[in-house]
Amino acid sequence: MSAYSLRGLNWFNALSAGAKAVEGLPASLKVADGFLGEQAVRFIAVVADPDNRFVRARHGEVGLLEGWGLAKAVDEVITADQDKPQKRALIAIVDVPSQAYGRREEALGIHQALAGAADSYARARLAGHAVIGLLVGKAMSGAFLAHGYQANRLIALRDPGVMVHAMGKASAARVTLRSVEELEALAASVPPMAYDIDSYASLGLLWETLSVEQIEQPSANDLARVAECLTLAIGDVAAKGRDLSGRLGATNRTASSQVRQLLRAQW
Amino acid sequence: MTDSAELLHKHSFVELGARQRAKALLDAGTFRELLDPFQRVMSPWLSRQGVVPQADDGVIIAKGSIDGLPVVIGAIEGAFQGGSLGEVGGAKLAGALELAAEDNRNGIPTRAVLLLETGGVRLQEANLGLAAIADVHAAIVDLRQYQPVIGVVAGSVGCFGGMSIAAGLCSYLLVTQEARLGLNGPQVIEQEAGLEEYDSRDRPFIWSLTGGEQRFATGLVDRYAEDDVAQIRQQVSALLKQGLPAQQRSTQAELFLQRLARLDAGPQIEPSVVRDLYQGERS
Repeated sequence: MSAYSLRGLNWFNALSAGAKAVEGLPASLKVADGFLGEQAVRFIAVVADPDNRFVRARHGEVGLLEGWGLAKAVDEVITADQDKPQKRALIAIVDVPSQAYGRREEALGIHQALAGAADSYARARLAGHAVIGLLVGKAMSGAFLAHGYQANRLIALRDPGVMVHAMGKASAARVTLRSVEELEALAASVPPMAYDIDSYASLGLLWETLSVEQIEQPSANDLARVAECLTLAIGDVAAKGRDLSGRLGATNRTASSQVRQLLRAQW
Repeated sequence: MTDSAELLHKHSFVELGARQRAKALLDAGTFRELLDPFQRVMSPWLSRQGVVPQADDGVIIAKGSIDGLPVVIGAIEGAFQGGSLGEVGGAKLAGALELAAEDNRNGIPTRAVLLLETGGVRLQEANLGLAAIADVHAAIVDLRQYQPVIGVVAGSVGCFGGMSIAAGLCSYLLVTQEARLGLNGPQVIEQEAGLEEYDSRDRPFIWSLTGGEQRFATGLVDRYAEDDVAQIRQQVSALLKQGLPAQQRSTQAELFLQRLARLDAGPQIEPSVVRDLYQGERS
């Protein structure tokens, strides 16, 4: 097994077969312009670059180059499609183990680089681009905030390796002064603390979950199912609008709606 | 004024709690809190984990005016759970920013000021905190189309995690010397990357990289103020009057990529290298 995940790369290659690769970006970004059916899309993935200039970002982490590079890849689309009635959709293929943890990263303002990425995805949404996040592996913390979490619709593949969380288990245990075992026990009864995709789905943040045959290297069937689902998601955005309100409403996220209602009443 | 007289006239902002900070910034008599503690909208997740919840969940939302301009303040209480954002506190911030954007679409020019003392996601509510922070990001970018969003990191908690990204999205940032601004908390970097990479107990080292003075010297924030209520209030007011910046910091990908391309990423980094790279002419 590789020291890093290849899922993002494999799904990117499968989905973007026949698409035109976009140049001029860091090697850790895979970006291509193609089609899903009739719909023009830009596929974007963050992948491991073992030769990354920044040593703390060699396993697919979202670091300085990745954050600003994502921003650039998305900004190009916003600018190019500015006056077009039909906007390209953005498909963020998400397999990101974490943000980059390092001295260089903090010193050079990795928070600002990740803000650049989140900013561009959010502006793309506001400009009328459908932004779809496809979770094929880990979607962790700051890395996910920069790449995927600004999507209009989130789709996750059903697999134990598909996980959303705010922090890796070891660090989360240290910060909350618990053992990893205690953390896991709590996660089993507190859905927002869990690492598995079913618990995450119960929070209402996913638009769809899909089972596939071969998560690591998609089969032809897998590819067809996922492509169809992406197309449906793009259509759903066109029908229902560009904001993130579709994420509210789940039983396990009741307070988020209640707070908004009360704020509105007292505003 | 003599030194001692000056000290007597200074009022520390850092020592104030979130509610007092919001009051101190707003025009006298205009502070109105939304979802105040008496309404007891608390975290539904903490008590089952043996953590005592707080009646405001550590986030204060207040409407009022600053020098006559309509503002909403979102202030995070660093003293409660390290200023971490859970479902309720996160929804208060996101919801307030969403309503401010809606105001602007209806012709009401509401601005936002965020007082950020936060470690980021509250790990006891992990994925709901993360989701709320994504909503906060979305709402800042939305509101920023109409009015400036001003972030203040005064200290002493600093601003970390997903909320440091929120800070990066603000139109303007103001810090004091006490402030720290960075994505990853020192403990977590040490845990993930080792002591040699990042010594979480070496405070001068940490401030030299992520402290307010360094962030100002490298142009990653806009204003640097003393820990003094009057100074901070005056600076926030000036930023509000400045209106939207010519270009938001977080939309400058090309510039930052060019700067990073010039860096020799081989040797471990020094604060002076960042100053030269980002703000050569000013350091």
